[in-house]
This record gives sequence, C-alpha cells and structure tokens, in this order.
Amino acid sequence: MLTYRTAAVLSLLFPFTGVPAVLYSLRASKLAKAGETEPAREAGGKARDWAWYSVGFGLTAYLVGFVLFILFNNHGAVRVVFFGWSILTDGKAWRSMLKGFWINVQVFFITEMIVLVWALVVAIVRLLPGRACAPIRALATLYVDVFRGIPAILVVYLVGLGFLQAKVPLAGDLSDNQYVIIALTLTYGAYVSEVYRAGIESVHWSQVAAARSLGLSYTQSLRFVVVPQAVRRVVAPLLNDFIGLQKDTAIISVIGVLDVVNRARFINNNKGTLAAYSMAAVLFLLVTVPFTRWLEWLQRRSQNRTQGGR
Amino acid sequence: MAFLEIRDVHKSFGPVHVLRGIDLDVDLHQVVCLIGASGSGKSTLLRCINALELIDGGVIRLDGDRCSGPGIDVDALRQEVGIVFQSFNLFPHMRVIDNITLAPRKVLGVSSDEAEDRGMQLLRRIGLADKAKDYPDRLSGGQQQRVAIVRALAMQPRLMLLDEITSALDPELVAEVLNIVRDLARDGMTMMLATHEMHFAKEVSSKVCFLHEGVILEEGPPERIFENPTEERTQAFLKRIIDAGRL
Repeated sequence: MLTYRTAAVLSLLFPFTGVPAVLYSLRASKLAKAGETEPAREAGGKARDWAWYSVGFGLTAYLVGFVLFILFNNHGAVRVVFFGWSILTDGKAWRSMLKGFWINVQVFFITEMIVLVWALVVAIVRLLPGRACAPIRALATLYVDVFRGIPAILVVYLVGLGFLQAKVPLAGDLSDNQYVIIALTLTYGAYVSEVYRAGIESVHWSQVAAARSLGLSYTQSLRFVVVPQAVRRVVAPLLNDFIGLQKDTAIISVIGVLDVVNRARFINNNKGTLAAYSMAAVLFLLVTVPFTRWLEWLQRRSQNRTQGGR
Repeated sequence: MAFLEIRDVHKSFGPVHVLRGIDLDVDLHQVVCLIGASGSGKSTLLRCINALELIDGGVIRLDGDRCSGPGIDVDALRQEVGIVFQSFNLFPHMRVIDNITLAPRKVLGVSSDEAEDRGMQLLRRIGLADKAKDYPDRLSGGQQQRVAIVRALAMQPRLMLLDEITSALDPELVAEVLNIVRDLARDGMTMMLATHEMHFAKEVSSKVCFLHEGVILEEGPPERIFENPTEERTQAFLKRIIDAGRL
C-alpha cells in the first residue's frame, strides 16, 4: 500500500500543506492495516496530492520570501539602490528615458525587418544545389561562421567607429544609428540564417518532389511550398533570437548614442543610485513580454488551423 | 510509335543498380500496371519518367519527343506527366482548394477564379467539395489521396503515374481511391501504376509488367500474366501473393 510517508514528512518543510499530507498518510496506513483497501488507497492519493502542493506552493513561498528578505535587509539599502522611489516617481527622468528608449525601439524594428529578409537570403544561398554554386555557398558559410563567432559588441565597435574612420565606400558617412543597424544585422543575420536553414532542411524532401512534379520550378517550390512551412516551424527559435536582438540594442550605448542605457547612466551619476537602470529594464520588459505573447498566440493560431482535431 | 517509349533505361543509386535496362511501350489510353516485389524498381521507374530521378542510360520518349537526358525542360515535361505518391504529399500549410489550384495558377498562369472553379468541379466529382476549405490534416488518408489525385489532374496531364497510391491507406479506405482510378481509366486517361492490389490490376489494366531486379521479366495482358505466367520468377511471386491471401 502506497502511503507516501517520506514525501509527506518532507513536505512538512512547508507546514500549511505538509500537515494534511502527513495526516492523510497516517490514515492511509491505519486503513490499510484494518484491511480497508479502497479507502486506504484514497487516503494515500490525497497524501500524495498534498505533498505535491508542498512542492508547488512551498518552493514558491520560500523563493519569494528570500527575494523580499534581500530587498528589505540592510535597512532597505538594496531596495533603495535598485528601486529608489525618488527616481522611480520622477516624471522628468521617465521622459528622458523614454526618449532614449525610442532609439532602441527604432533600431530594433528596422534591424529586425532587414534581418528577416537578409537571413533568409543567406540560408537559401547556403542550400543552393549543385557543384556550380559551391563558391557562393562557401562564401555564405564563411559569413555565418565569422559573424556568429564574434561578440556583437565588437562588431558594433568595428562597424560603428571603423566605418566612419576608414570612410568605407558607400557607408563612410552614416549616422550612429545606421552603423548600429548594420552591425546588428550582420551579427543577427548570421544567427537567424541558421534558424531558417534548420527550418528549410526540416521540410521533408517529398514536399519538394510533390511541388516539382506539378511543374513548379525550383524557385517556385521554395517560395510557395518549402519556405512557408519552414518559417512556421521555426517561429519559436526566431522569436528567441529576436528577443536577444531587442536586448542587444543596448549595445549601441558603447559608441555614444544617447539611448536608454546612456541616459540611465547620466541619471545614475547625478543621483548616486542604480534605479534608472531598473527603469530601463522595465522599459525593455514592457516591449519583450507582450511581443513574446503575441508571437506565441500567432503560432498557436496557425497550428490550430493546419493541424486538425488533434 | 507508342505514346511513351522507354528504351534500355538504367538507373543507379550509388553502388546499387536499380534499373538494369528497362524497355517498355505505353500506348495512348492504355493502363499499364507494374507489379513485383519491393525493391524491384517499380517506383524508381515511375520517378524516372517524370524526371524526379535522372536516368543514367537509355532514353525515354513522350509522344515521340525525347524527355530524358541533357537539355530537357523538366518543368514542361512535368506539366504533361502527373504523379501521385504513396504518402499523398499534400501541402499541409494550404487548404485543399489551394493545394489544387497552386500549380495551375503559378505554372499555367490560370486566373485564381478560373483555377478555383475548375478545382471545385474536380472536387465535386470525387465528392469532396465540402472539404475545399479544410486543411489536409483534417482529412482521412483516403480523402487526402483523392485530393492528391485531383491536384495532379488539375494540370490536365496526358499521362498519370500512380506510385503505390493505396499502400499507406487503411484497408477500408482503399476502395474510394481505386474508384477514382477506375473512372479515370474509363475516361481514357493513359496511366502507369505501381501497385500491390492484384485484383485491381487484373481488372483495370490493359497490360501488366512484372519487374524483377530492375528488368521487366514478363509483360502481357492481365489474364495471361495472372493465369499463365511463363517465367518461373513470376510464378513464384504470384504464389507468394496468393499465399498471403491477396489474389
């Protein structure tokens, strides 16, 4: 007879649910001894349920408690540094931060649009068939290897400062924002092209056979059959990379753009706390979290439509 | 001159010599069944005819025109030669009607309205008009295969290749697919089918070919192949089929 005694005793670490767990466990063994098998099983089951409540609720309570303990320890110094009320309620500071954040948002959106297209081009080039395309395939592979291997911050330095200094043809006299867009596109284009490539390769060759057998050309098969399926499959990893990109727009601060990070730095230097960085963090969350939920919703909707009643 | 002429066709996959000199004539309005054990080359032969596989030797002519080897327009060839696969291969991200109209619209340049009208006509003929707006995943295997046949027919091919189209179906769904093939045969569609449905082959075909290790060992009218096979291998194959209760 399962009485879940060990689990119940352990769950006493969170007594609110641990006590009922132990009581049910004891009752289960008593009933089992009396030969009442079915009621004993029922009590054992309840002991197990309560023990699981201990895991879920108990762990959460202790973790939240731990965070609160840290926040309010040291006479609340932690809270003041990270969430200084005077700064968090300062309308002027928020306005300044928002102005900076708008730059991050712009850089993010423009970069993302370009990356979506650019990465797909790179992925398709890497998958071009035949010996004739070997050199261009190799070039695309080299690009991906190089820019996936270099930290984004270095690319931002090299492009953002170097292009201007070296008066690089066609791109010798752009704004800082534009340089950052180029740099982040180079880096994220390499990442995202690999995501696309995995998606394209995951579409079974029989789909291509079916498309080609109907007389569609190679390009048409890619465009109407392979790529639409590939993109649907990689929405989750794409999303992951784009959240990374949203956050990495903070890197533009290193070449002196007055973005949200630099503005936070100025405010902090004046007031002597770090609360402005927390404000910046909140601003990022306000964009990334709804963005994530929205894309998840889109993905669920398309799955419900293409996958029947399963 | 036959409508489809296959002459000494060879095909290897790496070291595996799958087709070892296939010779076959198919006349207009004929239904030719390919029978033989798995691995005998039935599917490969069909896939070579519409250039999904490129042959290593020999020649294939459609209506007198060479359609294998260098310099041929495979996309043009495939407009003439439709193929239906064992695993349906419908496009899962498109509704049934879009599966059917894609190629007519993009390859033949038919207007959306016209393609859709024609697609609906075909769907009505196979009794699936009410499924036009569904995605393939909502359909049973038999329904999916019927849609796949219609998708190929929408290109108005002159030759249809059916590659074991009932092998992936539950037994009770086989009949609805074979009925369509029967109708096509009655309407005079030229067809080649690789099949394990011997009863059906016997009933519908004008010629049966027994493939063994990449060559056509024996061919003739169905009555003769099934009742009086002369080749020992054919006899052995048919005996195995009979023992399995499938003839």
